[in-house]
Amino acid sequence: MLFFSYFKELVGKEVTVELKNDLAIKGILHSVDQYLNIKLENTRVVDQDKYPHMLSVRNCFIRGSVVRYVQLPPDGVDIDILHDATRREARGG
Amino acid sequence: MSAGPGLESLVDQTISVITNDGRNIIGILKGFDQATNIILDESHERVYSTKEGVQQLVLGLYIIRGDNISVIGELDEELDANLDLSKLRAHPLKPVIH
Repeated sequence: MLFFSYFKELVGKEVTVELKNDLAIKGILHSVDQYLNIKLENTRVVDQDKYPHMLSVRNCFIRGSVVRYVQLPPDGVDIDILHDATRREARGG
Repeated sequence: MSAGPGLESLVDQTISVITNDGRNIIGILKGFDQATNIILDESHERVYSTKEGVQQLVLGLYIIRGDNISVIGELDEELDANLDLSKLRAHPLKPVIH
């Protein structure tokens, strides 16, 4: 639940989502749901020459289960707040 | 693509699906559920290879189980019309390894 809330805070920022098939997609985070499915707008594949499979796609839905990493904007994370929140969550509330 | 995180906004639109085994299937989204199972109408597969241009295989009406879906993209018809598939060469996408 914590990371769901966390990703909701990042809506509107540019992120790069790396998938478990090595495809990396950059775009503006449009929304996220409870499964951490991600919707991106204005997308572009990071290595378009190698992966031309999404050349005509500008908006996409990425299933949470295939996400390996989400690269965040440097100003998108306040480490201290996230530390505190993860510890609170680990303690169970 | 407006509204929330669901696929409502894509219903009756042409979408491009990338499956976990690396296939690319294009079709019209007719329905979906919580588990991302989807119904695709008038679908076809685009087969990428390095030897020849992209081959299109007609599939028809398909249901794809959500487990097997990686990405669902909204196909921009204009961008797609400008693609010369016969000249596109690429390795097929790798399968997803969990």
